[in-house]
Amino acid sequence: MRVTQGTFSFLPDLTDKQIKAQIQYALDQGWALNVEYTDDPHPRNTYWEMWCVPMFDTKDAAAVLLEVNECRKVYGNMYIKVNSFDNSRWRESQSMSFIVNRPKEEPGFGVARDAGPGRSLRYRVHSYATDKPEGARYK
Amino acid sequence: MAELKGADRYKAGVLEYKQMGYWQPDYVPKETDVIALFRITPQPGVPADEAAAAVAGESSTATWTVVWTDRLTAADTYRAKAYRVDKVPNTDDQYFAYIAYDMDLFEPDSIANLTASIIGNVFGFKAVKALRLEDMRMPVAYLKTFQGPATGINVERERLDKFGRPLLGATVKPKLGLSSKNYGRVVYEALKGGLDFTKDDENINSQPFMHWRDRFLYCMEGVTKAEAATGEVKGTYMNVTAGTMDEMIRRAEFAYELGSVIIMIDLVIGYTAIQTMAKWARQHDMILHLHRAGNSTYSRQKNHGMNFRVICKWMRMAGVDHIHAGTVVGKLEGDPLMIKGFYDTLRDPHTPESLEHGLFFEQDWASLRKVMPVASGGIHAGQMHQLLHYLGEDVILQFGGGTIGHPDGIAAGATANRVALEAMILARNEGKDYMAEGPDILAKAAKDCSPLQKALDTWKDITFNYESTDTPDFVPVETPSI
Repeated sequence: MRVTQGTFSFLPDLTDKQIKAQIQYALDQGWALNVEYTDDPHPRNTYWEMWCVPMFDTKDAAAVLLEVNECRKVYGNMYIKVNSFDNSRWRESQSMSFIVNRPKEEPGFGVARDAGPGRSLRYRVHSYATDKPEGARYK
Repeated sequence: MAELKGADRYKAGVLEYKQMGYWQPDYVPKETDVIALFRITPQPGVPADEAAAAVAGESSTATWTVVWTDRLTAADTYRAKAYRVDKVPNTDDQYFAYIAYDMDLFEPDSIANLTASIIGNVFGFKAVKALRLEDMRMPVAYLKTFQGPATGINVERERLDKFGRPLLGATVKPKLGLSSKNYGRVVYEALKGGLDFTKDDENINSQPFMHWRDRFLYCMEGVTKAEAATGEVKGTYMNVTAGTMDEMIRRAEFAYELGSVIIMIDLVIGYTAIQTMAKWARQHDMILHLHRAGNSTYSRQKNHGMNFRVICKWMRMAGVDHIHAGTVVGKLEGDPLMIKGFYDTLRDPHTPESLEHGLFFEQDWASLRKVMPVASGGIHAGQMHQLLHYLGEDVILQFGGGTIGHPDGIAAGATANRVALEAMILARNEGKDYMAEGPDILAKAAKDCSPLQKALDTWKDITFNYESTDTPDFVPVETPSI
């Protein structure tokens, strides 16, 4: 399966040149970027690990791309995404998010169902990768 | 005739509204006044200022004859004041009348109370041949009494973990007749294929062919399976519209227990029901989708009824998170400039006066959260560049037929839409002139995505080029006040 979180997951994986263009767009809007990674891509895993805090003072797309590639060197077989943060009043939230690295094999998720009264079901979406301990989830 | 004062004003009998004090051309509206702009078509022989005064009177304190009990009150405060009348450009018999209302005419936090005055009896009033409420300016102090959107665009995006692109949805079709199990199939396929949301149609409630509990259960199965298949948060707007408030709450609570992120209501349930559901949604961390069913019965004709931008304002105050607000390019009514006015009203923290977009007043939204507009009705992947250009990023693009009608199936239709959208965002962010190059961008993306190619081939020539009935009445010169 292919985790399709983030804005460009339905397109072929972005090249570094394409990633840099997206970073440049965010910088042009005045947004700060950071890089995050995880080995648990559950849809409700809100907090991926921060490779770096948002780079509020970095205005150079190449410098941000460098962080992406540094992160890949260490966590090259995990999910890595680039986020941008817009601190303007009335938004003060994330403005972009897209995956720039993913494991070679994505085991995906299963659904566990507990039958309850009235035909209702308690669902549990379960990430197969997390069956293994942290650090051993993707080879 | 001029305004009368003192004993002359209160002699028993009938006076002109102007004489009663409802026409005040020198009045300067206060920051705390509610202002309404009406399009008035007076009956033949009724002067425009008298007609405006009559509308002010009938929407505030007046009755048809003088009453002495006015004198027990601070009547000058409670009397609405028509203070300006402009001839509508390019018409013979229509006038824009500006009327100011003291804020204390209205109960805080009640759209029902506001509307009982502003669009109450006055719309059947004989002195005007036709009447249309075009716009309103809400004072900040009054807005602050309203909750506003239960969730708002920013928080909705954080909950869904989707940033930097429009959201994608589809209404399950056919509207009527599917069994619950078949219905849930459409939900699963569309969400798995790449949409963020699916949606009940406005008239899907609990009919003989499909009862609501059964639908909710099967829809949740589809939503959860699609979340597992994609790793994304997904939702389906569960329409809780019902015959009584108790029944709506019962349905909403069931959706909540099932873990749905969103519920849905129809505009026809009424303003009080909408406000009730908005408060319920805030308390239960649910997104609240509103379908504008019924609005065209009063918003479409230019001379009578009300403009949809006023509904947008009321609904932002009432507290919905989503509202259908036009597509520009689809099958339903919508002039591009007018629709920009609706979208700005829903999404901006502050809207300047912009006659071009039908916004007659500057409006400070007083930190009320932003409503996500929904573009739905006759749109397809081949229009992606136009949709992004006209509607922007904070919008839900809803492709019902444009997903489910795909020759290779529902999931393929969904994928076509998602790929078209992502390709267009990528190109826009790269600085491409995506409006001019739109068809090329889509054609290139389709090389890696056969469902998109088929979608483009199927719907390439489908456009809806009808003239809009709701267009701006605006010429870029000052019109004289009469």
